[in-house]
Amino acid sequence: MDWGQILGTAAGELVSPVTAAYALAAIGIGVHFGYAGLLNFGQAGFMAIGAYAFAIPTLLLDAPFPLALLSALIASVLFAFVLGIPTLRLRADYLAIVTIASAEIVRFTVSTTDLSDVTGGASGLSGFNGTFVALNPFPDGTYGFGPWTYSENQLWVRVFGWALVILAALLVFLLMRSPWGRVVKGIREDEDAVRSLGKNVYAYKMQALVLGGVFGSLAGVIFVLPRAVQPSNYGTTLTFFIWTMLLLGGAATIFGPIIGAMIFATLLTLSDSILRGAIEAGFITFISTTQAGQIRFMIIGAVLMLLVVFRPQGIFGNKKELSFNV
Amino acid sequence: MSDTVLTHPLVEGEVRPGCKKVDPIVVADGVTRTFGGLTAVDVEHVEIPRGSITALIGPNGAGKTTFFNLLTGFDKPNSGQWSFEGHSLARVPAYRVARRGMVRTFQLTKSLGRLSVLQNMLLGATKQPGENIFTALVRPLWRKREESITEKAEELLERFKLDAKRDDYAASLSGGQRKLLEMARALMSDPVLVMLDEPMAGVNPALTQSLLGHIKQLKAEGMSVLFVEHDMHMVRHISDWVIVMAEGKVVAEGPPDTVMSDPAVIDAYLGAHHDTDLGDMTGTNPVVEARETAAAHAAEREGDR
Repeated sequence: MDWGQILGTAAGELVSPVTAAYALAAIGIGVHFGYAGLLNFGQAGFMAIGAYAFAIPTLLLDAPFPLALLSALIASVLFAFVLGIPTLRLRADYLAIVTIASAEIVRFTVSTTDLSDVTGGASGLSGFNGTFVALNPFPDGTYGFGPWTYSENQLWVRVFGWALVILAALLVFLLMRSPWGRVVKGIREDEDAVRSLGKNVYAYKMQALVLGGVFGSLAGVIFVLPRAVQPSNYGTTLTFFIWTMLLLGGAATIFGPIIGAMIFATLLTLSDSILRGAIEAGFITFISTTQAGQIRFMIIGAVLMLLVVFRPQGIFGNKKELSFNV
Repeated sequence: MSDTVLTHPLVEGEVRPGCKKVDPIVVADGVTRTFGGLTAVDVEHVEIPRGSITALIGPNGAGKTTFFNLLTGFDKPNSGQWSFEGHSLARVPAYRVARRGMVRTFQLTKSLGRLSVLQNMLLGATKQPGENIFTALVRPLWRKREESITEKAEELLERFKLDAKRDDYAASLSGGQRKLLEMARALMSDPVLVMLDEPMAGVNPALTQSLLGHIKQLKAEGMSVLFVEHDMHMVRHISDWVIVMAEGKVVAEGPPDTVMSDPAVIDAYLGAHHDTDLGDMTGTNPVVEARETAAAHAAEREGDR
């Protein structure tokens, strides 16, 4: 077992673009659930919308990078409206059902063979990162040290991804300390009370849904920048990974989703490589390496159960805030 | 009795259900609301006087709270029109009703548990530019207003004796303190009409006295108050005018001391047959009697064999 390599991969995962995408998507549902009380179980749908709305204009229309990014933003805003207009007047549970269903609809739609000219069908899309790489401000060479050694393009995608995460966290911080944040948190507690105080609850819920959805869509773009778009990636598993990260870090916190995503992604890689290493070295004989990939989810599931039992507020959450569960 | 015409300074003409007020703040016409086959509210005409404390009373299920919800836009009527200060409020959403100056509280207190008491209060304020998502990002645009409403919130909290709880989560308050907080929060917007849905429900007698004092204070400050209540003693203490509802209709109106002797009110509260003799409970009971005769007959037949 090569511990150096195992820990190195895990440390690299800590700041990988995928982790940045997870963090951004978790900030998005943090706005939805943690602050506004909206149950969005379709964050993978928002990520898929972002990824496809970015890749399709780049490939078919040769759109420059900023324009493709804008297209991803607009698509997610429209998607949020489609979800929100019929459901936000209803009770919170309806949004949960609608979001989980529409995320699946998005995934099945992009994988149909009839649309394969546009979406690439089940094999997805690739070769759209040229416009992003062309904008790379870093000259050729290797950067960093130890497990964090990158080529100029690897560095560029990491810097871009984490810059977006930091911007999103800053935006959420500014909004949540403002009176706007106060109204949104009030809606989480009791809509009718906030309505009786003269606030247009529906509009606030829509704004929160759009904001979190835009973060999800940008996360989708970061997610695919270093690789290809694969429709099978956007299943419900992705959504629940992101929920886990959010709850791990603490729902109504600024740093919770970011740290939660970092810990979760690192843990996922670490447990995988430790299990594989142990099997190859012959310490574990009763499972195969293919089974190891599944078993780590069981271990992570057990760890999460312990977390929910012993620290339900997450890492950064306020225990006192959670103890009033009226 | 029916040939003496009752008059009252708040009323134009004769005092009777649905009478015209000298200076009404709310006028409702033909408001109905049905739930399936049940008509919960069927108010032909009612006017609520300005600058006074009006009590809306009636037995359970009389439609008081439903009528309250309709007036404040929290429920939609099947038909009807109503106006507030001369502007129609029919089919206006609840938040706009509140912005016009008609602010309500709830029967089941709605304090925002995981916000501090002060934040609950600040949420009640109006005209805070920082409540817009874009201005919210730039603190200088809303800091001034925030300071002035914080000052106002602190004054109100002091008046309602909640100032020591300023930074506690609202969920940690007792039931009575939550009632006080809800009332104080409603006052943050300087309402014209305060609508209180059972403000005294589940509150201990000492706190009831202080709540009564606060309600009187609202009137002294020039606000109009409409409140729903069950307890007639409370109503007698503070209200200037009483509207009685039963089975969705306004059955009586008047000043508190005379309305209680109104036969329609007694009927509504005690049932129309309250003075009919239902018989002496210790005397004959037809069911028991029949059973006894049957037993006697059976015994006789047994003896014959």
